[in-house]
Amino acid sequence: MNIVEWWPRLIQESLTTLYMVGVSTLLTVLFGLPLGVLLVVSDERGLSPRPAINRVLGVVVNLTRSLPFIILLVVLIPFTRWVVGTSIGPTAAIVPLTLAAVPFFARVTENALREVPSGLIEAAQAMGSSEWQIVSKVYIPEALPGLVLGIALTLISLVGYSAMAGAVGGGGLGDLAIRYGYQRFQTDVMLVTVVILLVFVQAVQSIGDKMAAKISKR
Amino acid sequence: MIRLENVTKTFRTGADEVHALYDVSLEVAQGQIFGVVGASGAGKSTLIRCVNRLEEPDGGKVWVDGEEITALRGESLRQARRKMGMIFQQFNLLSQRTAADNIGYPLEIAGVEKSERERRVLELLELVGLEDKARAYPAQLSGGQKQRVGIARAIATNPKVLLSDEATSALDPTTTDSILDLLQGLNKRLGLTILLITHQMEVVKKICDHAALLEDGRLVEAGAISDLVADPLRRLSRAFFPPVIDIPRDPRAVHAAITFLGSAADEPILANLVRKFDVDVNILGGSIQEIGGRRVGQLQVEIQGEQMAAAVAYLGDLGVRVEVIK
Ligand SMILES: Nc1ncnc2c1ncn2[C@@H]1O[C@H](COP(=O)(O)OP(=O)(O)O)[C@@H](O)[C@H]1O
Ligand SMILES: [Mg+2]
Repeated sequence: MNIVEWWPRLIQESLTTLYMVGVSTLLTVLFGLPLGVLLVVSDERGLSPRPAINRVLGVVVNLTRSLPFIILLVVLIPFTRWVVGTSIGPTAAIVPLTLAAVPFFARVTENALREVPSGLIEAAQAMGSSEWQIVSKVYIPEALPGLVLGIALTLISLVGYSAMAGAVGGGGLGDLAIRYGYQRFQTDVMLVTVVILLVFVQAVQSIGDKMAAKISKR
Repeated sequence: MIRLENVTKTFRTGADEVHALYDVSLEVAQGQIFGVVGASGAGKSTLIRCVNRLEEPDGGKVWVDGEEITALRGESLRQARRKMGMIFQQFNLLSQRTAADNIGYPLEIAGVEKSERERRVLELLELVGLEDKARAYPAQLSGGQKQRVGIARAIATNPKVLLSDEATSALDPTTTDSILDLLQGLNKRLGLTILLITHQMEVVKKICDHAALLEDGRLVEAGAISDLVADPLRRLSRAFFPPVIDIPRDPRAVHAAITFLGSAADEPILANLVRKFDVDVNILGGSIQEIGGRRVGQLQVEIQGEQMAAAVAYLGDLGVRVEVIK
């Protein structure tokens, strides 16, 4: 079969991948950022030490991160069905994708926030800032370049995960590559898919780098 | 204005205990520039950080402007902190904010509305001489300019008290002088009470009117600079005039440090000494310094001759401060 006939399909699956990865990243930041902030703030040397909470969060994050994605995918099927009503399709894939990426992004956030010099936090405290003000006006703005790089990294990891999620009924480019390229020996389809993914990853990385550099005033 | 009463702070790391502050009591009156000096690790930073409770004292009480800081919690502590400015050795400016927005930060968190904030920031930029740097980020400023931003930020909310933790220790001597001039100006014009800690004796000499010496967490000396300078037995007084020690001493001679205060400096003291007592006077070293706004001279001399003891006594009678160095 001529590769040109595949274009509509390739475009459609690319959009599916973009949809899965895009929405998952959005949700990941939405949940991962507060979780990362909580990890830093509740630390025994943090703004508002809560050692018990900190330990529990740490264990949960590590557990989720150490679980292979393919297992997470299967384990989460009942939960996914409960949230979106079905366990197949791109929207259903967003649930395990997000759950896999949240702890990752929480650690990324934690690391970025820890890079903020403690002197800045002390200066803010000395000026009478509340904890919320320190988080929103010091930690996050100061860590923003690192957070942007972290978001790019999350997007890239999610592209990889989405190929797996696609394989269990999510669709998207990864699914296409596996089903036609690998299982039906259509090497050209696989090749084009890989190139599209590569270009996407490369674009995300360089846009992320450029944005972080532009944001950073250091 | 600032009062510390029996403040104690011990750091515990595992089995180790460090008594950073041991029963420290101190009083800084309204309008003073009070310097606390001491070697590295003496507990200076811990002391100043106990004043705004960046460090939690284990015991003792702290008052600032009549309010017991050590009794406050939560929102009331934050309110009290807004009445104290603080500047730091590393400046601690927010790198993602411009100079103007750094200065505006304390106003912003205090809920001052935008137009009022902008007006006040302009005023402050002018006060510290950085009108043209409003839009610059900290990375684009020199050390001295960063500290000016730090000072403007510290006084933005019109605090009565300024705490300075080694504010000039990262700066070169010329920049240090200009920052000290700025602090002194603020003290005079605004009546700002300044508590500063430093390991640089020069800072105390230049702007402080009161000083204290901290040693291994204990306050060993405190008082007005004018009293300290006049009393040769005070440790701080000696710190102002470090003795010349690298010169070999003649065991037969008396080695003395002579300090001239005020009018005594006008008399030809040494000439008189040689003439009256027939002694040899060998000058080992000397300096004239301005301490607390007064000119003070010191000579280190060797006096040799049969009547050298009488010569030393004569100097004492003249009202010149003489310290015989053993
Ligand atoms: N957070 C801390 N944990 C443990 N020890 C500390 C801490 N902060 C200060 N110290 C110790 O307390 C002593 C006094 O420190 P500091 O007040 O910083 O001294 P200075 O400012 O005079 O150099 C030092 O021995 C220092 O090691
Ligand atoms: Mg210190």
